[in-house]
Amino acid sequence: MDPSQSQNSELIFMLIFYALPVVGLVVFGLIGVVAERRHFASIRLREQTGPRIPMVTVRKCDPNRAVAESRLVTGSVVVSLDYFKRFLAGLRNLFGGRVRSYESLMDRARREATLRLQAECVGADMVLNFRIETSALANTRGKKGAGGVEVLAYGTMVRYVPMDAMPPPLG
Amino acid sequence: MNDLLLTNLESVPGRHIAEHYGLVSGNTVRAKNVGRDIAASFKNLVGGELKGYTELLTEARQQATARMIEQARALGANAVLNVRFSTSSVAQGAAELYVYGSAVRVE
Repeated sequence: MDPSQSQNSELIFMLIFYALPVVGLVVFGLIGVVAERRHFASIRLREQTGPRIPMVTVRKCDPNRAVAESRLVTGSVVVSLDYFKRFLAGLRNLFGGRVRSYESLMDRARREATLRLQAECVGADMVLNFRIETSALANTRGKKGAGGVEVLAYGTMVRYVPMDAMPPPLG
Repeated sequence: MNDLLLTNLESVPGRHIAEHYGLVSGNTVRAKNVGRDIAASFKNLVGGELKGYTELLTEARQQATARMIEQARALGANAVLNVRFSTSSVAQGAAELYVYGSAVRVE
């Protein structure tokens, strides 16, 4: 075999070996950024157009009003970072400081879970004892984190008997 | 859905508690299945929602809740108060979902 040819094939092999992860970082990173933008746009839209149900962490409802319905409502979502952002977050681990990519991931997950909870409480007047729980799922290799984050939002929806259907207050 | 009332409040709004039956709970341990795992690991590259896992956990949580409801029914309760959810990874790739609350009879 011609020595220059074998050198060539070695070069190609090295290029693939080292360039592939870099190309992956760029490609998946770009897809991830676009997907995240679209998700945030959808979240904002649904937050603006959806019903405004007050959600409180208070556990008592208005004692002066009759309750027509109350039940547990939940909403959950599992999200994960893209390849590029996970790489950046890994670098952050060396220097410390704010990890913005995870901040936006958590924000996204909590808002999505909250929206899903709201979708369940049709006709509700408010949601009492609203709670958000977060747990990191183990990844495929069993390590903590990186496999995604689950956010569960839950609370008790309350629907009051309409004001005009109530008998007038005494006195 | 079911006539048993679930709430995470300490009382059912507009009703009073007639009898306490104590703690009821339900759990389930789930492992991710291979198909979903492969799909999720691809999705993991681009990030975003891992729908397979969202469904898996929702299903699992429903099962745990169903077990808790079954227990409450057996005791003669018609409501479960102060329902709480907890999730913990017990083994590699498996998670336990635990739901608990106080079974009561409300009037």
